[in-house]
Amino acid sequence: MSAPYTPMNAMDALDVYFIENRSRLLDIAAFLDRIDRYPGAEQARADYRYQAFMQIIDVLKSGTPERTKQVQLALSDPTDTPLASARGKRAYGAWKGQQ
Amino acid sequence: MSFIDPHIHMVSRTTDDYMKLTISGIRTVVEPAFWAGFDRSAASSFRDYFEQLTVTEPARAARFGVRHYCWLGLNAKEAEDLALAEQVLAFLPEFLDRPNVLGIGEIGLNTNSRNEIATLEKHLDIAVARNELILIHTPHLEDKLKGTRIIMDMIRAEPRIDPARVLIDHAEEHTIGEIKDRGFWFGLTLYPNSKGSPERAIDAVETYGPERLCINSSADWSVSDPLSILKCANEMRRRGHPETAIEQIFAQNPHAFLSQCPKFHHA
Repeated sequence: MSAPYTPMNAMDALDVYFIENRSRLLDIAAFLDRIDRYPGAEQARADYRYQAFMQIIDVLKSGTPERTKQVQLALSDPTDTPLASARGKRAYGAWKGQQ
Repeated sequence: MSFIDPHIHMVSRTTDDYMKLTISGIRTVVEPAFWAGFDRSAASSFRDYFEQLTVTEPARAARFGVRHYCWLGLNAKEAEDLALAEQVLAFLPEFLDRPNVLGIGEIGLNTNSRNEIATLEKHLDIAVARNELILIHTPHLEDKLKGTRIIMDMIRAEPRIDPARVLIDHAEEHTIGEIKDRGFWFGLTLYPNSKGSPERAIDAVETYGPERLCINSSADWSVSDPLSILKCANEMRRRGHPETAIEQIFAQNPHAFLSQCPKFHHA
């Protein structure tokens, strides 16, 4: 027979997940440093994907509920019109805007 | 109780993976027809593929005590070519009565193009005519929200399709709520790098509840893990969820959805 469900509290979650998410933050910092360090940094920082990334960092800091959903929405195509053709189209992870 | 992986592409896995699945407690797998990593050159390639999914693969699985079921259809990535789609859909019904075929899938959209939508409509016509279960593939990344909405609008516009007989797969945080609100089942995919993690999947269970939810590995030829549903189950355990709740997510829920097809049996 299973033990009764004893849900985590917020401090439990902090204890369990802090180290692995600290590591993820460092990966993100290193990713941004890498872009800065390499030739063409200015062009990369102007790219719509980089700009979306910066916008998302603001979402993370906002303290609003459902941050994961807000990040997903910030990266999504919000339109409802089908594409004329799929030829040559691929997903890049962030919406570039109306082509 | 053994678990069910309701979405895994075993034709892309080694035979060793069947051994790993069975000794780890995953003894029923369901394999949707999908994109092979390249575009096939002719409809006859799909005929061979459907033969593989309905004859070769269940026999390979049975050697390890794993029950193998499948979904058949033309995947969204190759649906842009309407002439090819027409040829494949012409012979698709020949395979649907085979004993391990549970319905039409994975069908849906990839880039949300007009031709993909036209091909999806033709699949839905076949599903309606035969009262088949439907497994829906939703687009990846920035195209998912729009594609999921288009697909749901198409299905809900067809009153002969019961949304309780449709699973919309690869759902994520921005689509789960709308899918559940419209009466469909939804799938969460555990796929390193581009889809969900075990932690986010269990966040979704806690946020949206365990009803009408299936979790799958979608393990295939790319970076993926055929044992990921067990790692996800362990994430539930780590958070203190009882075994009964874990069994609901990884055995009873997929059983409830899939057994709407009378051919499905799970030990």
